[in-house]
Amino acid sequence: MLIQEQSRPGRPATAQAPLEMADVSDLPAGLRRQSRAALPEVSELQAVRHYTRLSQQNFAIDTNFYPLGSCTMKYNPRACNSLASLPGFLARHPAAPESHSQGIMACLHELQDMLKIVTGMHAVSLAPAAGAQGELAGVMMIRAYHDARGDHDRREILVPDAAHGTNPASAIMAGFTVREIPTGSNGDVDIAALRDAVGPHTAGIMLTNPSTVGVFDRNIQAIAETVHEAGGLLYYDGANLNAILGKVRPGDMGFDVIHMNLHKTFSTPHGGGGPGAGPVGVSKRLEPYLPVPLVVKDGDAYHWQVEQDRPESIGRMTAFGGNMGILLRAYIYARLLGAEGMRRVSEYATLNANYLLARLKEAGFTAAYPERRASHEFIVTLKKEAKEYGTNAMDFAKRLLDYGFHAPTTYFPLLVPECLLVEPTETEPKEALDGFVDAMTKIRAEAQENPDTLKQAPYSLPVRRLDDVRAARQLDLAWKPAQAED
Amino acid sequence: MPFIPHTESDVAEMLAVIGADSIDDLFDEIPRELRAKGLDGIPAGLSEMEVSRLMQSRARADGQPLCFIGAGAYEHHIPAAVWQITTRGEFYSAYTPYQAEASQGTLQVLYEFQSMMTALTGMDVSNASLYDGASALAEAVLMAVRANRKSKSKRVLMPRNLHPSYRRTCKGLVGNQGIELVEVDFERETGKTPVAALEAAAADGECAAVVLPQPNFFGALEDVDAVTDWAHQRNMLVIGVVNPVALALLTPPGDWGETGADIACGEGQPLGMPLASGGPYLGFLTCKQDFVRQLPGRIAGKTLDADGKVGYTLTLQAREQHIRRSKATSNICTNQGLLVTAATIHMAILGAEGLERVAAACHANTRRLTALLCEIPGVEPLFDGPVFHEQALRLPAPTADVLSALAAHDILGGFDLGAEYPELDPALLVCATEMRTEEDMIIFRDKLANALRGARGEGRGNTA
Repeated sequence: MLIQEQSRPGRPATAQAPLEMADVSDLPAGLRRQSRAALPEVSELQAVRHYTRLSQQNFAIDTNFYPLGSCTMKYNPRACNSLASLPGFLARHPAAPESHSQGIMACLHELQDMLKIVTGMHAVSLAPAAGAQGELAGVMMIRAYHDARGDHDRREILVPDAAHGTNPASAIMAGFTVREIPTGSNGDVDIAALRDAVGPHTAGIMLTNPSTVGVFDRNIQAIAETVHEAGGLLYYDGANLNAILGKVRPGDMGFDVIHMNLHKTFSTPHGGGGPGAGPVGVSKRLEPYLPVPLVVKDGDAYHWQVEQDRPESIGRMTAFGGNMGILLRAYIYARLLGAEGMRRVSEYATLNANYLLARLKEAGFTAAYPERRASHEFIVTLKKEAKEYGTNAMDFAKRLLDYGFHAPTTYFPLLVPECLLVEPTETEPKEALDGFVDAMTKIRAEAQENPDTLKQAPYSLPVRRLDDVRAARQLDLAWKPAQAED
Repeated sequence: MPFIPHTESDVAEMLAVIGADSIDDLFDEIPRELRAKGLDGIPAGLSEMEVSRLMQSRARADGQPLCFIGAGAYEHHIPAAVWQITTRGEFYSAYTPYQAEASQGTLQVLYEFQSMMTALTGMDVSNASLYDGASALAEAVLMAVRANRKSKSKRVLMPRNLHPSYRRTCKGLVGNQGIELVEVDFERETGKTPVAALEAAAADGECAAVVLPQPNFFGALEDVDAVTDWAHQRNMLVIGVVNPVALALLTPPGDWGETGADIACGEGQPLGMPLASGGPYLGFLTCKQDFVRQLPGRIAGKTLDADGKVGYTLTLQAREQHIRRSKATSNICTNQGLLVTAATIHMAILGAEGLERVAAACHANTRRLTALLCEIPGVEPLFDGPVFHEQALRLPAPTADVLSALAAHDILGGFDLGAEYPELDPALLVCATEMRTEEDMIIFRDKLANALRGARGEGRGNTA
């Protein structure tokens, strides 16, 4: 039942608001609301019980193994939340003067520096609010760079067909056209196709490495050379930074600009769909274009750099400089880990992925790229199972939920049929991985015996399989008071 | 090893299964010459106790000054239950509800949020959040240009009395798509944007939409009915930029003029989010039913499961980047889910009456503060006419000096208007939410009076 359906007129939670209704009779009647909004009228207990119960209808990292490929669902340390929520941090107004901001600015400045070091980039801005906004900032900087050189014909961004959908969408938002580059059968970018594609219109390429097919592109140096020689820049999508943290640095691979997803690699919460944080790092030639604000240090004092200090900046991405509370959490995580802890992240994420892949292969599942090492994630294709039992990847995904596992990413990347993209992360113990293999094996046996067992799944969740077509055709996107009388 | 559970024997067993000799072997596809030499400059890890000590000292350094700044971020009381429930691990550590059956908690929260936002704004549909108010405005502008079937224009009227950071953000985010934001000046006496000024700006060429803040950056209340009807007569769409707490008192955009605004967006921070240096907050975006397929971002919809039971799922995903790629309505993926959860619980607990009491208290406090500050010689309202939440004041001394003097007493005395609007200098934008007491305001008045007496030149520092 919705909270709105529990509402009874005249049952407000009075103690939570000012006890008196202040006089507002000076406001002109013509500008006043005629009747109150249809918000719920419930007691605090009703609200607390309702939302506590709703929370219990979620799978979450705190309750379930969540091997959602490309999302890096690792443990979110509790200390990061409680320390970022200290009163001094929560109470700070975004327009507070520097005299009342030195504490948080120290954290942000050190975070900028640490991100520079782990990415091998020349400078970092923390401003973008999420990965996709970091991508947008990145391609906007590429555009600003070419424009500043009078190179106005470079309006095409190359994107491998395996890329996250945000890559082409971000390029379009920055005013580029998009050209897709195919992936070779071994999972690496098709270098010959890339060589054919580059030219005087090439603004740059957006690349994820390791890619979304879960392998490290061995030709990265050749790709960098090809694009640079053609006059384009290299953009690194940092969605998979967890795989290489402390091992390889995008700056050393030749990238000019990178965004990082702190809600992945730096373990800030995913929150049911955000907030994220998507800092960008750049090589020296792109530094002038970084989005504002930045924090600089002068002696012992920290200062903001804003639009007037950085006239060539692409500007600001949000009104107040980004998801500061998330940046604090990432900073705390980085301090807990230190250099050694960061290296271990990629080592154990890669160990877990390769172990899980080996066990699944042993159990008879098909790796999409069997000859390749897994990075921090890998793809299993259920093409064979689909053919033999008539059960698709989504059926496996839904049945996994019954076994208490969040499903891997399904049907992405689009180029591998019936795929599951599996990312276990470094914080899962071996037992969880073994449990996942057991569940997959049992589910395949069920498919063999009676495919309907999978097709009807899930059975044990708050709802059975949902009708997505109905949701889109008979649009119902908001409760309306009239419905209450139905 | 922080957060990594592996024992030595786990590692040995796992490597044996993989058929590798060492963890390092797992990186053997990465060209040798690319391997990082080290992470020089990253400090060694700390214990949780040590990090706690560090963060407490950093948080203390920023203090807890008495805040009279509004300017787009407002300090409100947040019921204790809001964040205790929001930070439950089941909400905090879940992700975008791609597997709907395992995410009914989050999905129902999104649906309830969408319902509450449509109720508050009087609009038909809402998405499930964008990053913040300013980026929501940018998406609203892009959406309006796409959605306006009567005009092919890519010009949008942008009043100067809209939040300066919103204008800058919006310009940066939409500029690369050939959209022109036409600045419209405000009336010097009232701080409002009269229809005549819009008419003059639109005379240079066809426009697709007009941005209409209520209240505007100065707190002044615009003649929203007149502007909305004027825009519609000229085939422009109306994009309302509104404060959700103010909507407890003011006409919702869905009721502006004859047929209502077409799109309404804004900053959701006043609905249960702490100031927190500017984020994470949440941007909301609502519109008329006709434009639902032009909305960017996630949308939750109601549906039925295989047994006919009601459930919720992400819907209209053909608008989104993971399906449509370069043809999506926006590149947004991760949004502000956790803040949506907080806002939904906040609205559920306060209800419409609670929200109205908050809004009324803010309004009364800002009026009281204005009266107190205007007791000081030379301090007076900058504009005539009704305001909500904010008051623009003329000062008899340089604003930056006055603010520095107040900050030395741990008082954040407002927003320096002259820094953004040189023609208004010296001027101050102040705000007193329901959190400020009579005593707080009297302290402010007395310190401001002192500061004005002693105002002397000190440099103007940047704010983020």
